Amino acid sequence: MSGEHASRQLIGRYVLGDADIPGDELFALESHLESCAVCRARLADTAADRAPAVGLLLENVWSELEPASRASAPMPVERRWARWLATWASPGMVPWLGVSTLVAGLAWVLAEVYRNGSAVVLLLAPILPLLGVAASWARGLDPAYELVVATPRAGLYLVLRRTLAVLVVVIPLLLVCGAFLHASPGLWLLPCLAYTAGTLAVGGVIGVGRAATALALLWAVFVIAPSIGQQRLSIVLDPRALPVWGAVLVAAAVVVVTRSRAYTRLGSQL
Amino acid sequence: MIRAVGAAEVAPAAYAWEIRAEGLKVKAGRRLAVDGLDLSLGAGVHGLLGPNGAGKTTLIRSLATVLRPADGDLELLGASVGGRIDLRQVRRQLGYLPQEFGYYKRFTVREFVEYMAWLKEMSKKDIPAAVQRAIERVGLADRADDRLKTLSGGMVRRAGIAQAIVNDPRVLLLDEPTAGLDPAQRMQFRELLHEFGTDTCVLVSTHLVEDVAAACTDVLLMDRGKTIFQGTPDDLAAAGDTSAAGDSAIERGYSTVLARTGGGRGSW
Repeated sequence: MSGEHASRQLIGRYVLGDADIPGDELFALESHLESCAVCRARLADTAADRAPAVGLLLENVWSELEPASRASAPMPVERRWARWLATWASPGMVPWLGVSTLVAGLAWVLAEVYRNGSAVVLLLAPILPLLGVAASWARGLDPAYELVVATPRAGLYLVLRRTLAVLVVVIPLLLVCGAFLHASPGLWLLPCLAYTAGTLAVGGVIGVGRAATALALLWAVFVIAPSIGQQRLSIVLDPRALPVWGAVLVAAAVVVVTRSRAYTRLGSQL
Repeated sequence: MIRAVGAAEVAPAAYAWEIRAEGLKVKAGRRLAVDGLDLSLGAGVHGLLGPNGAGKTTLIRSLATVLRPADGDLELLGASVGGRIDLRQVRRQLGYLPQEFGYYKRFTVREFVEYMAWLKEMSKKDIPAAVQRAIERVGLADRADDRLKTLSGGMVRRAGIAQAIVNDPRVLLLDEPTAGLDPAQRMQFRELLHEFGTDTCVLVSTHLVEDVAAACTDVLLMDRGKTIFQGTPDDLAAAGDTSAAGDSAIERGYSTVLARTGGGRGSW
């Protein structure tokens, strides 16, 4: 055998059923063939050339197998995207999509009524993704929750994947709203990301769903309510607060990464 | 169907028991549902019997690494799963069918099993073949591309069994798998259990004593969070008093052992 693959000569002898191949070499060749597609292809070519009897045997096997393989139909192709989508967002998150769109629509209406559109976008941006993040890990919304939390992928990887899916929907939604209501993305994007990252960081301790609910409530009580009451934006949404949001984002990301193991036991927290 | 055997499958095991627990305590909510349980299970089919509220489901959930043990040692496949360790290696070799098994109604059987195979980190090229094999083993090949919501309760449960076995697990945990299966399906299921028991550690919780007698190599009896009996089905049958409640020898054994420890309580 040469280097990584079996030689053509050896494969040729193997095809012809050469009894002189030493036992150890034969074993090595067969175990290599099991794992090497290149050599299997070589084997197939050689067999077709040198041993027509093998080809005949194969044809017979196929003609017997064909009725059986027709009976079990191959997978329909058209629904592949649904499965792919499920690897990003659990099917239980679909209602959340509707709710988010509804909230964004409501914001628009409010903005039209109060004539201060940008403020509404700024106030909603941090908590809009939280709805989705909570939905992605809610036992009540995901029927297969119990199955999912016992799988190897359940952990930080799946949490981040689903969070990313949420952000991919929410951020364009906010961008569109912001463009119509004259809210600069520079003002709301950082608080939005920092708040989401903070939710994941707290979620490692108390469960993602609980963390999202708690932080959304905090935001409503300490930022949205005073802003509406005093008719001006809370200090935390001032452009001068942006470096603080940046620091929060970095700190939350560090916490999430260093405590990544905590996310493998989300089932026992919720 | 014969599969090519990979190096990982013939590697010698570095552990004595697939499942080993010592003084295991697990909470269900605030209550200690599993309270100081000792357990050593190797390959074979182990039946888990016990009255309602004995802690069977909580035990299985902790073995499936869903619940973190409150106290005690728990080793799965030689790896301790108590603390904050990386569970991925262990979880890749687990199969788990929960009692209340939820599924996505719009998924077909194949999509559902494929999704679970993806979650179990199987390699992309192995998934289609493994999914087909699992579906064939539970006898759903002709309904593989039907949506789950169109299937009967027994078929859905079989789809649940298919997702549990799709990764060829070394530890298979089945919580009430025979609920909703008709008698013929239950017999098929027992055959499947026999097949698995030769090289896999299968733990089946059930209410049906006759399932245990027919399919299990080993019986565990649980009451109030503790194991009160472990032995073969014949041992359990032999333990029975002729005066005890029950229609078969093994049912009498069950009620005798429970009565001896003050369990069973004779009430609903």
